[in-house]
Amino acid sequence: MSFVFYILAALTVAGSLAAVLLKNTVHCALALTVAFLGLALLFLDLDAQFAGFAQILVYIGAVAILVVFAILLTRGSETPKDGVFSHTWLVGLVIAAAVFAVLGWAVLGSARVLPHETAAPVVTVRDIGVALIGRYILPLEIVAILLTSAMIGAVIVAMHDKEGAK
Amino acid sequence: MLETLDQVFVLLQHWLVGFLPAVLQPVAGVLLSVVVIIVLFPALFALTTVLERKGLGRIQNRIGPNRVGPFGILQPVADGIKSLTKEDIVPLSADAAVHFLAPVLLVVAVFMGFAVLPMGRNMVLVDMDAGLLFFFAMGASTELSVFMAGWSSRNKYSLLGAMRAVAQMISYEVVLLMSSVAVVMISGSLSLTKIVEAQNQYTWGLPHWYIFTPWGLAGFVMFAIAATAETNRSPFDLPEGESELVAGYHTEYSGFKFALFFLGEYLAMFSISGLGTTLFLGGWSAPFSFLGWVPSWIWFFSKLLLSICVFIWLRGTLPRLRQDQLMNFAWKFVLPMTLLNLMVTALWRFLGEGWERWVFCSAILMLAYVAMGRIGMRSGHIGPRRYRYAE
Repeated sequence: MSFVFYILAALTVAGSLAAVLLKNTVHCALALTVAFLGLALLFLDLDAQFAGFAQILVYIGAVAILVVFAILLTRGSETPKDGVFSHTWLVGLVIAAAVFAVLGWAVLGSARVLPHETAAPVVTVRDIGVALIGRYILPLEIVAILLTSAMIGAVIVAMHDKEGAK
Repeated sequence: MLETLDQVFVLLQHWLVGFLPAVLQPVAGVLLSVVVIIVLFPALFALTTVLERKGLGRIQNRIGPNRVGPFGILQPVADGIKSLTKEDIVPLSADAAVHFLAPVLLVVAVFMGFAVLPMGRNMVLVDMDAGLLFFFAMGASTELSVFMAGWSSRNKYSLLGAMRAVAQMISYEVVLLMSSVAVVMISGSLSLTKIVEAQNQYTWGLPHWYIFTPWGLAGFVMFAIAATAETNRSPFDLPEGESELVAGYHTEYSGFKFALFFLGEYLAMFSISGLGTTLFLGGWSAPFSFLGWVPSWIWFFSKLLLSICVFIWLRGTLPRLRQDQLMNFAWKFVLPMTLLNLMVTALWRFLGEGWERWVFCSAILMLAYVAMGRIGMRSGHIGPRRYRYAE
């Protein structure tokens, strides 16, 4: 664990905490973007260029924009006086802790199963592309179909209103 | 001698760095290149503002700025001093932190894009394996700063301008990416230096630039359209349409923060022109094999300046689009064409060397272009406006 890792980890954790603790919803979305950026930089720190840049392109370029659009288009960015904290925060906390525990258990368990590599493997973007189109073509296509159906569903939901208005 | 002239900046960098101890040399080399980029492109920006104001003036039958310095070439100095000395006004209800961060983040993200552009033989700051992906990742993060600027100003015109800008940038980013993917399919690499090297070959003295292939020409045209929209340049400058929105997302910016937005816009124009040059126009390679002795960086910057002149020419010539035209054009015409272009590129790749692929690929693209244009115009998707609510 290098010095850079601790800086990036602190950035990511601070961004995530700010995303749930800030009162203004747009500020939360921007803080979430900082967390995304921290994650992307962590990937880059691990020499995973493709994952890092894809994270920036997809999460900062598209998901963050989607989040702020959703906030602005649904109920305005005006902050309620009593903050935006949910009443069921205790349940949320329990679920989050449970998910974290399961993930942590899986990650810690995987260290024993996987072979211990001393040198970092060199994976070029080309290798990733070949693997995606070759060996992992089926999962890729399934994800593509899932996303397409989600998009068509969203369009249908949006179309419904317009027909009613006519 | 010519070899030396071609590599003059590389050699100069090595010579300067050579004075330092060996431990510091890699860091110093990178820092030096960064400083050169940070100085060079704003200088080009200053040059371009004069060029643009003079050029637009001529197109509109005026003279343009001619008071500061000989022929008005010192105008950018005056403009720069003016924007530095102006009061920096932040609206009372604005979100001060976000309002401050937005222009800074924009300029930083735009500058990052230059890191992977090969500006000459061996003249690239970081030769990344995923250079193209890096460029697009940086381009995508400018959208958020545009939104931040519009939202934090607490001004309805700013917010409307930002929403327009973001919607437009997202729509045309898809086109931009898709038209570049064709190049990646043929060259088989995301590294911009490798893409340039693939184009740096000659047959009968003519270069193998991708623009001289059917799919490359179609891709370049769509790339140019998307690049114009992505940089919010006229005729796609709705986000700052002054007749409707005062100045769009930077309405509430003044002084040097406004200058930063201005700088960011022009730098984005330079970097996207540089990318277009690299992908389709052969980057730093010479247009004819007998001109190969001219230093490579001269070619890169000539092509860059040429595309900037085209940007200025477009701005002086075309009227602004309407929002519905803009969106319909992106999603119903350009995007299907880019998808078709991907198919045609695959066909080109697998038809092998020979005249057949030229005929087939050109015919498919031309037919699709004509058919989609005709059908689109007839059904009113692209052509005249249909009012849904106000009839």
